[in-house]
Amino acid sequence: MKKKIDQEENQIIIKNVREGIIAGIPILVGYIPVAMAFGMLAKTVGTTFAESLLFSILVFAGASQFMALNLLAVGVGIGEIILATLLMNFRHFLMSGSLAARLKKGERALIPLLAFGVTDETFSVTMLKKGEVEASYVLPLQLISYISWVGGTGLGYLLGEVIPPILRNSMGIALYGMFMAILIPAMKASKTVTILALGAGAVNTLITYSKILPSGWSLIVTILVVSAAGVYLFPEEEETKDE
Amino acid sequence: MSNIILLIIGMAVVTYLPRLTPFMLVYNSNTPPKLKRFLLFIPYTALGALIIPGVLTAIPNEPIVALIGISIGGVLAWMKGGIILPVLGAIAVVYCLLMLAS
Repeated sequence: MKKKIDQEENQIIIKNVREGIIAGIPILVGYIPVAMAFGMLAKTVGTTFAESLLFSILVFAGASQFMALNLLAVGVGIGEIILATLLMNFRHFLMSGSLAARLKKGERALIPLLAFGVTDETFSVTMLKKGEVEASYVLPLQLISYISWVGGTGLGYLLGEVIPPILRNSMGIALYGMFMAILIPAMKASKTVTILALGAGAVNTLITYSKILPSGWSLIVTILVVSAAGVYLFPEEEETKDE
Repeated sequence: MSNIILLIIGMAVVTYLPRLTPFMLVYNSNTPPKLKRFLLFIPYTALGALIIPGVLTAIPNEPIVALIGISIGGVLAWMKGGIILPVLGAIAVVYCLLMLAS
Protein backbone atom coordinates (compact mmCIF):
# COMPACT_ATOMS: atom_id res chain seq x y z
CA MET A 1 0.00 0.00 0.00
CA LYS A 2 2.77 2.37 1.05
CA LYS A 3 4.64 1.47 -2.09
CA LYS A 4 1.65 2.30 -4.23
CA ILE A 5 1.35 5.73 -2.67
CA ASP A 6 5.06 6.33 -3.28
CA GLN A 7 4.59 5.39 -6.87
CA GLU A 8 1.70 7.77 -7.31
CA GLU A 9 3.73 10.52 -5.69
CA ASN A 10 6.59 9.86 -8.05
CA GLN A 11 4.28 10.06 -11.00
CA ILE A 12 2.96 13.41 -9.82
CA ILE A 13 6.52 14.69 -9.44
CA ILE A 14 7.48 13.48 -12.92
CA LYS A 15 4.39 15.12 -14.34
CA ASN A 16 5.18 18.37 -12.53
CA VAL A 17 8.79 18.38 -13.71
CA ARG A 18 7.67 17.85 -17.29
CA GLU A 19 5.06 20.60 -17.04
CA GLY A 20 7.61 22.93 -15.45
CA ILE A 21 10.13 22.37 -18.24
CA ILE A 22 7.50 22.94 -20.94
CA ALA A 23 6.28 26.08 -19.17
CA GLY A 24 9.88 27.32 -19.05
CA ILE A 25 10.46 27.14 -22.81
CA PRO A 26 8.85 30.51 -23.64
CA ILE A 27 11.04 32.10 -20.97
CA LEU A 28 14.07 30.50 -22.61
CA VAL A 29 13.05 32.00 -25.96
CA GLY A 30 12.70 35.39 -24.31
CA TYR A 31 15.76 35.25 -22.06
CA ILE A 32 18.44 34.17 -24.50
CA PRO A 33 18.33 37.32 -26.67
CA VAL A 34 17.99 39.64 -23.66
CA ALA A 35 20.86 37.89 -21.86
CA MET A 36 22.94 38.09 -25.03
CA ALA A 37 22.28 41.81 -25.16
CA PHE A 38 23.48 42.01 -21.56
CA GLY A 39 26.64 40.07 -22.42
CA MET A 40 27.35 42.36 -25.36
CA LEU A 41 26.78 45.48 -23.31
CA ALA A 42 28.95 44.13 -20.47
CA LYS A 43 31.77 43.72 -22.96
CA THR A 44 31.46 47.26 -24.32
CA VAL A 45 31.36 48.69 -20.78
CA GLY A 46 34.64 46.93 -20.09
CA THR A 47 33.83 44.15 -17.63
CA THR A 48 35.68 40.86 -18.08
CA PHE A 49 34.02 37.70 -19.37
CA ALA A 50 34.12 36.16 -15.88
CA GLU A 51 32.56 39.25 -14.30
CA SER A 52 29.75 39.40 -16.83
CA LEU A 53 28.96 35.73 -16.14
CA LEU A 54 29.17 36.31 -12.40
CA PHE A 55 26.57 39.06 -12.71
CA SER A 56 24.10 36.65 -14.25
CA ILE A 57 25.05 33.72 -12.00
CA LEU A 58 24.72 35.62 -8.71
CA VAL A 59 22.22 38.38 -9.40
CA PHE A 60 19.88 36.80 -11.99
CA ALA A 61 17.79 39.94 -12.40
CA GLY A 62 17.75 41.42 -15.89
CA ALA A 63 16.55 44.95 -15.32
CA SER A 64 18.94 45.70 -12.48
CA GLN A 65 21.89 44.12 -14.29
CA PHE A 66 21.34 46.44 -17.26
CA MET A 67 20.91 49.36 -14.91
CA ALA A 68 24.17 48.49 -13.12
CA LEU A 69 26.09 48.50 -16.40
CA ASN A 70 24.61 51.85 -17.42
CA LEU A 71 25.44 53.39 -14.05
CA LEU A 72 28.94 51.88 -14.07
CA ALA A 73 29.53 53.36 -17.51
CA VAL A 74 28.71 56.86 -16.29
CA GLY A 75 30.83 56.42 -13.17
CA VAL A 76 28.22 56.08 -10.42
CA GLY A 77 29.58 54.60 -7.18
CA ILE A 78 28.89 51.00 -6.23
CA GLY A 79 27.02 51.95 -3.05
CA GLU A 80 24.51 53.91 -5.06
CA ILE A 81 24.15 51.14 -7.63
CA ILE A 82 23.45 48.62 -4.88
CA LEU A 83 20.82 50.91 -3.37
CA ALA A 84 19.15 51.40 -6.74
CA THR A 85 19.17 47.62 -7.20
CA LEU A 86 17.43 47.10 -3.90
CA LEU A 87 14.78 49.59 -4.90
CA MET A 88 14.28 48.07 -8.31
CA ASN A 89 14.06 44.52 -7.01
CA PHE A 90 11.70 45.28 -4.20
CA ARG A 91 8.87 44.31 -6.51
CA HIS A 92 10.08 40.74 -6.13
CA PHE A 93 9.19 41.08 -2.46
CA LEU A 94 5.56 41.36 -3.53
CA MET A 95 5.87 38.57 -6.09
CA SER A 96 7.54 36.20 -3.63
CA GLY A 97 4.80 36.95 -1.11
CA SER A 98 2.19 36.17 -3.71
CA LEU A 99 3.93 32.92 -4.63
CA ALA A 100 4.46 31.95 -0.99
CA ALA A 101 0.71 32.16 -0.41
CA ARG A 102 0.15 29.63 -3.20
CA LEU A 103 3.04 27.27 -2.50
CA LYS A 104 2.13 23.79 -1.31
CA LYS A 105 2.74 23.22 2.37
CA GLY A 106 5.64 21.04 3.49
CA GLU A 107 8.21 22.26 0.98
CA ARG A 108 10.10 24.51 3.37
CA ALA A 109 13.50 22.98 2.67
CA LEU A 110 13.37 24.06 -0.96
CA ILE A 111 12.39 27.66 -0.26
CA PRO A 112 15.91 29.18 -0.28
CA LEU A 113 16.45 27.75 -3.77
CA LEU A 114 13.00 28.59 -5.01
CA ALA A 115 13.23 32.18 -3.76
CA PHE A 116 16.45 32.72 -5.71
CA GLY A 117 14.66 31.90 -8.95
CA VAL A 118 11.86 34.43 -8.61
CA THR A 119 11.92 36.85 -11.56
CA ASP A 120 9.13 38.78 -13.29
CA GLU A 121 8.99 36.05 -15.90
CA THR A 122 9.29 32.89 -13.78
CA PHE A 123 6.76 34.36 -11.36
CA SER A 124 4.24 35.23 -14.07
CA VAL A 125 4.46 31.80 -15.67
CA THR A 126 4.34 30.01 -12.32
CA MET A 127 1.14 31.77 -11.34
CA LEU A 128 -0.55 30.34 -14.45
CA LYS A 129 -0.76 27.05 -12.64
CA LYS A 130 -4.15 26.53 -11.05
CA GLY A 131 -4.48 25.76 -7.36
CA GLU A 132 -1.50 24.93 -5.20
CA VAL A 133 1.94 25.36 -6.69
CA GLU A 134 4.51 22.64 -6.05
CA ALA A 135 8.27 23.02 -5.93
CA SER A 136 8.63 20.12 -8.37
CA TYR A 137 6.93 22.34 -10.95
CA VAL A 138 8.55 25.68 -10.06
CA LEU A 139 12.18 24.56 -9.76
CA PRO A 140 12.55 23.02 -13.25
CA LEU A 141 10.85 26.08 -14.72
CA GLN A 142 13.28 28.35 -12.89
CA LEU A 143 16.27 26.18 -13.76
CA ILE A 144 15.56 26.41 -17.50
CA SER A 145 15.24 30.17 -17.16
CA TYR A 146 18.45 30.41 -15.14
CA ILE A 147 20.46 28.31 -17.57
CA SER A 148 19.25 30.34 -20.53
CA TRP A 149 20.02 33.59 -18.69
CA VAL A 150 23.57 32.60 -17.73
CA GLY A 151 24.22 30.81 -21.03
CA GLY A 152 22.84 33.72 -23.05
CA THR A 153 25.11 36.13 -21.17
CA GLY A 154 28.18 34.09 -22.10
CA LEU A 155 27.06 33.70 -25.72
CA GLY A 156 26.38 37.41 -26.04
CA TYR A 157 29.78 38.32 -24.63
CA LEU A 158 31.62 35.92 -26.92
CA LEU A 159 29.72 36.10 -30.19
CA GLY A 160 27.00 38.71 -29.89
CA GLU A 161 28.05 40.47 -33.05
CA VAL A 162 27.38 37.35 -35.10
CA ILE A 163 23.58 37.68 -34.77
CA PRO A 164 22.13 40.04 -37.38
CA PRO A 165 20.87 43.24 -35.69
CA ILE A 166 17.33 43.00 -37.11
CA LEU A 167 16.84 39.52 -35.70
CA ARG A 168 18.38 40.62 -32.41
CA ASN A 169 16.04 43.60 -32.21
CA SER A 170 12.97 41.54 -33.13
CA MET A 171 13.61 39.29 -30.15
CA GLY A 172 13.03 42.30 -27.91
CA ILE A 173 9.31 41.68 -28.23
CA ALA A 174 9.54 38.08 -26.94
CA LEU A 175 9.13 38.69 -23.21
CA TYR A 176 6.31 41.16 -23.80
CA GLY A 177 4.58 38.61 -26.03
CA MET A 178 4.91 36.14 -23.19
CA PHE A 179 3.43 38.55 -20.64
CA MET A 180 0.51 39.13 -23.03
CA ALA A 181 0.00 35.40 -23.53
CA ILE A 182 -0.28 34.97 -19.77
CA LEU A 183 -2.48 37.98 -19.19
CA ILE A 184 -5.00 37.73 -22.04
CA PRO A 185 -6.62 34.41 -21.02
CA ALA A 186 -6.89 35.65 -17.43
CA MET A 187 -8.53 38.87 -18.66
CA LYS A 188 -10.89 36.86 -20.82
CA ALA A 189 -12.02 34.90 -17.78
CA SER A 190 -12.36 37.75 -15.30
CA LYS A 191 -13.48 41.35 -15.46
CA THR A 192 -11.65 42.06 -12.20
CA VAL A 193 -8.36 40.96 -13.76
CA THR A 194 -9.01 43.14 -16.81
CA ILE A 195 -9.64 46.23 -14.70
CA LEU A 196 -6.64 45.57 -12.45
CA ALA A 197 -4.22 44.97 -15.32
CA LEU A 198 -5.35 47.98 -17.37
CA GLY A 199 -5.44 50.12 -14.24
CA ALA A 200 -1.89 49.09 -13.40
CA GLY A 201 -0.75 49.93 -16.93
CA ALA A 202 -2.38 53.34 -16.70
CA VAL A 203 -0.92 54.14 -13.27
CA ASN A 204 2.52 52.94 -14.30
CA THR A 205 2.42 55.06 -17.46
CA LEU A 206 1.40 58.08 -15.44
CA ILE A 207 4.18 57.61 -12.87
CA THR A 208 6.79 56.79 -15.50
CA TYR A 209 6.16 59.77 -17.79
CA SER A 210 5.28 62.36 -15.17
CA LYS A 211 8.57 61.53 -13.41
CA ILE A 212 6.99 62.26 -10.03
CA LEU A 213 9.01 59.38 -8.58
CA PRO A 214 12.67 58.47 -9.12
CA SER A 215 13.00 55.78 -11.81
CA GLY A 216 12.84 52.33 -10.32
CA TRP A 217 9.96 53.25 -8.06
CA SER A 218 7.17 53.20 -10.58
CA LEU A 219 6.69 49.42 -10.87
CA ILE A 220 6.66 48.78 -7.15
CA VAL A 221 4.38 51.70 -6.34
CA THR A 222 2.00 50.73 -9.14
CA ILE A 223 1.75 47.10 -8.02
CA LEU A 224 1.21 48.16 -4.39
CA VAL A 225 -1.37 50.85 -5.05
CA VAL A 226 -3.43 49.07 -7.68
CA SER A 227 -3.48 45.72 -5.85
CA ALA A 228 -4.54 47.49 -2.64
CA ALA A 229 -7.20 49.44 -4.53
CA GLY A 230 -8.40 46.12 -5.93
CA VAL A 231 -8.94 44.73 -2.44
CA TYR A 232 -11.29 47.63 -1.69
CA LEU A 233 -12.99 47.78 -5.08
CA PHE A 234 -13.52 44.03 -5.40
CA PRO A 235 -13.89 42.66 -1.89
CA GLU A 236 -16.02 39.72 -3.05
CA GLU A 237 -15.11 36.73 -5.13
CA GLU A 238 -16.38 37.07 -8.69
CA GLU A 239 -18.99 34.47 -9.43
CA THR A 240 -17.98 34.01 -13.05
CA LYS A 241 -16.01 31.49 -15.02
CA ASP A 242 -12.99 32.54 -12.96
CA GLU A 243 -10.94 29.37 -12.78
CA MET B 1 38.86 42.04 -4.51
CA SER B 2 37.96 44.26 -7.40
CA ASN B 3 35.23 46.85 -7.21
CA ILE B 4 33.10 45.03 -9.76
CA ILE B 5 33.14 41.82 -7.74
CA LEU B 6 32.12 43.78 -4.64
CA LEU B 7 29.32 45.37 -6.63
CA ILE B 8 28.11 42.01 -7.91
CA ILE B 9 28.07 40.51 -4.42
CA GLY B 10 26.25 43.53 -3.02
CA MET B 11 23.69 43.39 -5.78
CA ALA B 12 23.27 39.65 -5.27
CA VAL B 13 22.45 40.23 -1.60
CA VAL B 14 19.93 43.02 -2.17
CA THR B 15 18.32 41.01 -4.95
CA TYR B 16 18.07 37.81 -2.96
CA LEU B 17 16.70 39.24 0.28
CA PRO B 18 13.47 40.67 -1.20
CA ARG B 19 12.95 37.33 -2.94
CA LEU B 20 13.44 35.31 0.23
CA THR B 21 11.91 37.21 3.15
CA PRO B 22 8.26 37.02 2.01
CA PHE B 23 8.45 33.22 2.08
CA MET B 24 9.50 33.44 5.71
CA LEU B 25 6.61 35.79 6.47
CA VAL B 26 3.76 34.31 4.44
CA TYR B 27 4.49 30.63 4.00
CA ASN B 28 2.84 28.42 6.64
CA SER B 29 1.34 31.38 8.43
CA ASN B 30 -2.32 32.21 8.60
CA THR B 31 -2.64 35.05 6.16
CA PRO B 32 -5.59 37.37 6.81
CA PRO B 33 -8.15 37.13 3.95
CA LYS B 34 -7.61 40.72 2.86
CA LEU B 35 -3.86 40.25 2.61
CA LYS B 36 -4.43 37.01 0.75
CA ARG B 37 -6.62 38.79 -1.75
CA PHE B 38 -4.01 41.51 -2.13
CA LEU B 39 -1.37 38.88 -2.85
CA LEU B 40 -3.73 37.18 -5.29
CA PHE B 41 -4.05 40.37 -7.33
CA ILE B 42 -0.32 40.97 -7.62
CA PRO B 43 0.32 38.81 -10.70
CA TYR B 44 -2.22 40.78 -12.71
CA THR B 45 -1.23 44.26 -11.61
CA ALA B 46 2.42 43.29 -12.10
CA LEU B 47 1.74 42.03 -15.63
CA GLY B 48 -0.22 45.14 -16.55
CA ALA B 49 2.58 47.36 -15.28
CA LEU B 50 5.32 45.25 -16.85
CA ILE B 51 3.70 45.52 -20.29
CA ILE B 52 2.52 49.13 -20.19
CA PRO B 53 4.34 51.35 -21.02
CA GLY B 54 7.55 49.25 -21.29
CA VAL B 55 6.48 47.57 -24.53
CA LEU B 56 6.87 50.90 -26.32
CA THR B 57 10.63 50.62 -25.88
CA ALA B 58 10.85 46.87 -26.59
CA ILE B 59 12.23 47.51 -30.09
CA PRO B 60 14.86 50.28 -30.16
CA ASN B 61 13.36 53.43 -31.74
CA GLU B 62 10.35 51.55 -33.14
CA PRO B 63 7.39 51.98 -30.75
CA ILE B 64 4.80 51.41 -33.50
CA VAL B 65 6.42 48.17 -34.62
CA ALA B 66 6.49 47.00 -30.99
CA LEU B 67 2.80 47.88 -30.62
CA ILE B 68 1.84 45.96 -33.73
CA GLY B 69 3.94 42.99 -32.61
CA ILE B 70 2.39 42.79 -29.17
CA SER B 71 -1.11 43.27 -30.61
CA ILE B 72 -0.61 40.28 -32.88
CA GLY B 73 0.67 38.36 -29.86
CA GLY B 74 -2.44 39.41 -27.96
CA VAL B 75 -4.78 38.35 -30.77
CA LEU B 76 -3.08 34.97 -31.01
CA ALA B 77 -3.31 34.55 -27.23
CA TRP B 78 -7.00 35.44 -27.36
CA MET B 79 -7.87 33.09 -30.21
CA LYS B 80 -5.47 30.19 -29.77
CA GLY B 81 -4.15 30.46 -26.21
CA GLY B 82 -0.83 28.93 -25.21
CA ILE B 83 2.40 30.89 -24.85
CA ILE B 84 4.80 29.72 -27.54
CA LEU B 85 2.53 30.66 -30.46
CA PRO B 86 1.87 34.26 -29.35
CA VAL B 87 5.58 34.75 -28.59
CA LEU B 88 6.79 33.39 -31.92
CA GLY B 89 3.98 35.19 -33.77
CA ALA B 90 4.97 38.52 -32.23
CA ILE B 91 8.65 37.97 -33.05
CA ALA B 92 7.83 36.98 -36.64
CA VAL B 93 5.66 40.06 -37.23
CA VAL B 94 8.27 42.40 -35.77
CA TYR B 95 11.01 40.75 -37.83
CA CYS B 96 9.01 41.16 -41.05
CA LEU B 97 8.19 44.80 -40.29
CA LEU B 98 11.83 45.61 -39.48
CA MET B 99 12.94 43.89 -42.70
CA LEU B 100 10.42 45.90 -44.71
CA ALA B 101 11.53 49.13 -43.08
CA SER B 102 15.24 48.52 -43.63
